[in-house]
Amino acid sequence: MRRYSVFAVAREALRFHAGWGRAWAAPEPKRKYDVIVVGAGGHGLATAYYLGRNFGIRNVAVLEKGWLGGGNTGRNTTIIRSNYLQDPSAAIYEKARSLFETLSQELNYNVMFSPRGLLMLAQTEHEARGYKRTVHANALQGVQTEYIDAARVKALVPIINIEGPRYPVLGALYQARGGTARHDAVAWAYARACSDMGMDIIQNCEVTGVRSAGGKVQGVDTSRGSIDCDKLAIVVAGNSSVLAEMAGFRLPIESLALQALVSEPIKPAIDVVVMANTVHGYMSQSDKGELVIGGGTDGFNNYTQRGSWHHVEETVRALVETFPIISRLKMMRSWGGIVDMTGDRSPILSATPLGNCFVNCGWGTGGFKSIPGSGWAMAELIAKGAPGPLAAEFGLNRFREGRFIDESVAAGVAH
Amino acid sequence: MSTRLATGGRLIDRSKPLSFTFDGRSLGGFAGDTLAAALLANDQMLIGRSFKYHRPRGILASGVEEPNALVGLGQGPRFEPDQRTTTTELFAGAATVSQNAWPNLDLDIGALNNLAYRFLPAGFYYKTFMFPRFAWKHLFEPVVRLSAGIGRVPKDRDADRYEQAYDFTDVLVVGGGVAGLAAALAAAKGGQRVLVLEQTAHWGGRAPVDGIAINGMPADAWVAETVASLAALPNVTLRRRTMAAGVYDHGYVVAQEAVADHLPGADLPRHRLWRIRAGRIIAATGAIERPLAFAGNDIPGVMLASAARDYVVNWAVSPGDRTVIVTNNDDAYRTALALHDAGLVVPAILDARAKAAGELPALARARGIRVLEGRGIARVKGGKRVKAVEVCAQAGEGAVLETIACDCVAMSGGFSPVVHLYSQPGGKLVWDAANGMFTPDPARAPTGADGKPFVTCAGAASGALQAADALADAHAAGGGEAAQAPRAEAAAEAPMQPVWMMPQGAPAKLRFKMWLDFQNDVKVSDVQLAAREGYESVEHTKRYTTLGMASDQGKMSNINGLAILSDALGQPIPATGTTTFRPPYAPISFGAIAAEARGEIFQPLRRTPMHDWHAAAGAHWEPVGLWRRPYCYPRGGESHSQAVNREVTNTRQNLGLLDASTLGKILVKGPDAGRFLDMLYTGVMSSLPVGKCRYGLMCSENGFLIDDGVVVRLADDAWLCHTTSGGADRIHAHMEDWLQCEWWDWQVYTANLTEQFAQVAVVGPNARKLLERLGGIDVSKEALPFMAFTEGTLAGIPARIFRISFSGELSYEVAIPASHGLAFWKACLAAGADLGLMPYGTEALHVMRAEKGFIMIGDETDGTVIPQDLGLGWAISKKMPDYLGKRAQERSHMTNPERWKLVGLETLDGSVLPDGVLAPAPGANPNGQRATQGRVTSTYFSPTLGCGIAMGLVRRGPERIGEVLEFVAAGKSIPARICDQVFYDKSGEKQNV
Ligand SMILES: Cc1cc2nc3c(=O)[nH]c(=O)nc-3n(C[C@H](O)[C@H](O)[C@H](O)COP(=O)(O)OP(=O)(O)OC[C@H]3O[C@@H](n4cnc5c(N)ncnc54)[C@H](O)[C@@H]3O)c2cc1C
Repeated sequence: MRRYSVFAVAREALRFHAGWGRAWAAPEPKRKYDVIVVGAGGHGLATAYYLGRNFGIRNVAVLEKGWLGGGNTGRNTTIIRSNYLQDPSAAIYEKARSLFETLSQELNYNVMFSPRGLLMLAQTEHEARGYKRTVHANALQGVQTEYIDAARVKALVPIINIEGPRYPVLGALYQARGGTARHDAVAWAYARACSDMGMDIIQNCEVTGVRSAGGKVQGVDTSRGSIDCDKLAIVVAGNSSVLAEMAGFRLPIESLALQALVSEPIKPAIDVVVMANTVHGYMSQSDKGELVIGGGTDGFNNYTQRGSWHHVEETVRALVETFPIISRLKMMRSWGGIVDMTGDRSPILSATPLGNCFVNCGWGTGGFKSIPGSGWAMAELIAKGAPGPLAAEFGLNRFREGRFIDESVAAGVAH
Repeated sequence: MSTRLATGGRLIDRSKPLSFTFDGRSLGGFAGDTLAAALLANDQMLIGRSFKYHRPRGILASGVEEPNALVGLGQGPRFEPDQRTTTTELFAGAATVSQNAWPNLDLDIGALNNLAYRFLPAGFYYKTFMFPRFAWKHLFEPVVRLSAGIGRVPKDRDADRYEQAYDFTDVLVVGGGVAGLAAALAAAKGGQRVLVLEQTAHWGGRAPVDGIAINGMPADAWVAETVASLAALPNVTLRRRTMAAGVYDHGYVVAQEAVADHLPGADLPRHRLWRIRAGRIIAATGAIERPLAFAGNDIPGVMLASAARDYVVNWAVSPGDRTVIVTNNDDAYRTALALHDAGLVVPAILDARAKAAGELPALARARGIRVLEGRGIARVKGGKRVKAVEVCAQAGEGAVLETIACDCVAMSGGFSPVVHLYSQPGGKLVWDAANGMFTPDPARAPTGADGKPFVTCAGAASGALQAADALADAHAAGGGEAAQAPRAEAAAEAPMQPVWMMPQGAPAKLRFKMWLDFQNDVKVSDVQLAAREGYESVEHTKRYTTLGMASDQGKMSNINGLAILSDALGQPIPATGTTTFRPPYAPISFGAIAAEARGEIFQPLRRTPMHDWHAAAGAHWEPVGLWRRPYCYPRGGESHSQAVNREVTNTRQNLGLLDASTLGKILVKGPDAGRFLDMLYTGVMSSLPVGKCRYGLMCSENGFLIDDGVVVRLADDAWLCHTTSGGADRIHAHMEDWLQCEWWDWQVYTANLTEQFAQVAVVGPNARKLLERLGGIDVSKEALPFMAFTEGTLAGIPARIFRISFSGELSYEVAIPASHGLAFWKACLAAGADLGLMPYGTEALHVMRAEKGFIMIGDETDGTVIPQDLGLGWAISKKMPDYLGKRAQERSHMTNPERWKLVGLETLDGSVLPDGVLAPAPGANPNGQRATQGRVTSTYFSPTLGCGIAMGLVRRGPERIGEVLEFVAAGKSIPARICDQVFYDKSGEKQNV
């Protein structure tokens, strides 16, 4: 792999950048792999990467029906935080967050992890109590958060309206090392590293069937032919139920449209990420200057990757009230992704009823932030055939046993 | 230089001069000008700086597609960044400032990036800025953010107001050009309701500028006549300054009307957001001209040929004294003719095609204009303004054949139909190779619920670029018969020839100077680099280079960019495909999207009948759902906590009054109502005798407790279910969900009566005395025992009295019709003055329920708690074969004896435990987190006991009464003893008196 650095860029500048090679290869599928990962989103790519890095399993293919990173990984609002309430969630999200801290250096690709700080506003007494509870829990979990008062909120976010007549800001849950990263770059960086390890990332290759014999997976049928494998990992977010059906089991997943939008670019206006869950909206500013805005999911299941207008209105209303100066800015673009929601709003990293077939899904509205941690845990699950501590609580059997990990408790909107 | 011509200008009114400012300089224009036209008329071609290299930016276009000429407009609370000068109507006193330049437009420090352009190719930031690690956040990112971003941040709260409106129509025609008007007329004559939207202030679109004749008259005259006949039809509505921004499923369209942008300060909403439901949508949205990619095509003075023509014809503004035309099609010759006829010099037309033999080139030649065939531009010379062009052979590598001095270049790379509104809801496109454009594929249009297409493109938007075809197409789209279609006469056009790079064999040095995305500084070389590095999907290229991500959203750049990409990948353009079209078509204001929903009416405010009384009594409010409830009523300088303590003490000793109107009240009625409630609640409700009350718990399918409240049997077939204040709507929806989806054949009717009744809790030792004074209903212990209900007339008001208690005191909840709520409240206050009556708020309510050990939904529950955890087993029927959540509660984890269960907690020193603290257990879990064994769910200072009290969930809690746990807050340990959760009146004597 050609190392990226400022010197390499300077050298190439002299010859009009004619010398750069491909970031990742474009191989033809082989007949058989040790592990096939379906879905080249962040989670699929990170799974492959840590299979190689942590377990030396490199005969791996990642199959993607479209372009890598083109699912929710390339559509999200890039919020990274680990201020979760429940122990298993805090563990995997904090693992992910801490891996983000050094991801650019590890992958030699600037994913622009920006620990700019994240605030979740408390706008009712009830919410304030909930966030205080989270802070106490985080302290025991080893996640650094604090509850701050309204004056500090205002100091961190000068454009905020803390005196909203309806829902004045009472305080906030603050994670100083939460923030954002560049979503596409995360996918590209992992893809490049996987390709460099000799793994095959095969785009425009849709899995259309799962083949099995004797209760064990044999391989997959794809739009580019049949491919065999010893182990199969299904990591396809909003399409998880569809793949599970191919593999012969059902998942407790509903697929819903979630939208986001951006403003036209302006100079720096807000330096932190602000989530206002009572009024249902959140906002940060991208390095390009757009305000990046999101809110809640549609209320009905669908696969269209488009959402309905009234959710955009709800979200924008919330943010104009919270940040009155944005009223004269304009919405430049909106889009939608299909998120995979479980009943307890926590993910599934699990073995399945089909032998040697594993599933990683259910990240719903909030799985960008978990990509490195999820890949780490999933690789362990696949390599060992049994979950390590990070994944242990996220098995499918929790629904049968009632062992839910309910995070919706802590936040109305979870991203 | 650019200047105002002495005559002409179909849209300006020279009798109405207007003055405005640009970067503090005072300039003049006329009514009817756009800002861009007025700036050009003052020779202000340099408007701003680009995103990445801070290159000088001029005016490129004349409409909504403009990527460059953006300014900050207005001042103070009316300041708005990124305002598109090409669509802003000039108004008197408009204050405009240039963007993205520091210290000023002419001398911009950021332009240093421009010198380093070779070091800053597409995606350079992915390869650099990685060391040292902390530097990204603290050094690199702040610099990147400062130099990007373009517009200035508004400082003040918006002074304007906005509104929203609904409309419904059979046919929505978007676009008031000649095609839109023809389609509208045809549809209207067919008797359908028709709504026509035009984004600009003028009808007619391009045809009048292009000198087209329709039905034998000049386009302007035909447009006037057609608009007049449309306006006369009762089934037609015409709206100008209204842009359709997004098309959603089922014919839902969002449009923004600029009501008062051109009338700032008028007593009008600034924007009106229309939500339109249309049976069918005809997108007569025209076509947008494409730039050509040659070196230096971004220098101010290079503009679209159609725009140059617009400025001359519409606003009598010459974009330059000497304008070189460069084109691959015949349409640009119209610009040459228009400029020439306005007395301006056109030194040459460079036509990339080997032959320019059509009718329009002949007209140009006849005027003596030099037409050079097979020629293109090797390079534009100039810095902040075009000085000359170097001519080369299109088929070559850029060897300069001659240099032509000029101050303007009008370019045309062909046209792209505006298919956005068709594509947003999923319409698919086909590639028209002859015209180098994507057009709608009629076989794959977006379809509605009936499977029929609901968006059709018409006119140029469907690819019918010639006026005659466009009119015939639009007339047909409107349902008109072919014979009646308006007929256009226009010069015939010879075929264009796609040109994606000029010259065809340009070397790297030139490709590094050919702009595709003018705002974001994406060049031909960047797209080629992306392709080389494997970012082959058009979406990868877009994201890697930022092509098409600027505020014009690729209107200027997308097709050119994907053609370059296709070429680099050696594949045909349709194999590359387009990026996704997303709403809005052009940016719309957040103000319009939020509209009136701000401040006090940000969300609907639900008020109880006593709301104003509380306000007058100085209530400190707490939002509860959409309600606002008094948290407490501070008196004479009291702090909130002092007020709460007083309210608690007074209620316990004398008499308290609570406005409980927000409590959910759902009437459940019908032959199957009892059976339904038995499924809904964990206890049996069907057996409740008429006139009695019973406490009930509701669980989700997963067994978790979701709501609680008192159920009252009103009659044989009618129950009144009280829910929590925040839960009423949710629980009503929950009921309907089960009734409509699962038990649709059960005869049950539900009605949410929450707002029909006011409810007042009369609480305290003197409660009975008060009601007796009010008179009319026997409230004695015998007539109305605990958990009973009666109705009658109280204080002359029809009333229902429930003898229930959430405080542990003698307590009655009185429901009266909402219209009598305030009267009843006042009657209580008057009658109770000497009984020590005081109103109390929600916090006193919470303290008293905690003292009594009652749970609160949302405090003791959080979506992981089942009733069995809360010691509420007594409210769960053992006999009922089923209820919602029963099976879930039998799962192994739910019956695990290790579950955390509800207990009381008292600190050893009497202090109040902090909210939500946890008690660690020895050791750590496998993830290295401290193990825990309990947490606080509610914690208060109890004025009754004079110390802190708390409830919490503790592993095997009830078995561990007396044990001391260490809770941890901010590293400090707080010991607290596990105790019974009932702190007050354990035997229940008080409430039963
Ligand atoms: C609008 C929006 C905003 C969000 N904001 C945030 C946020 O701020 N912070 C946060 O942490 N999370 C956020 N999320 C959630 C986050 O984006 C997702 O949880 C995460 O990206 C999921 O990654 P993934 O790799 O599992 O799925 P994806 O990125 O969706 O990848 C799945 C891949 O599988 C492919 N695939 C599907 N079917 C097949 C098949 N049959 N064969 C081959 N390949 C197939 C898809 O094409 C896709 O590329 C947001 C999501 C959305 C939609």
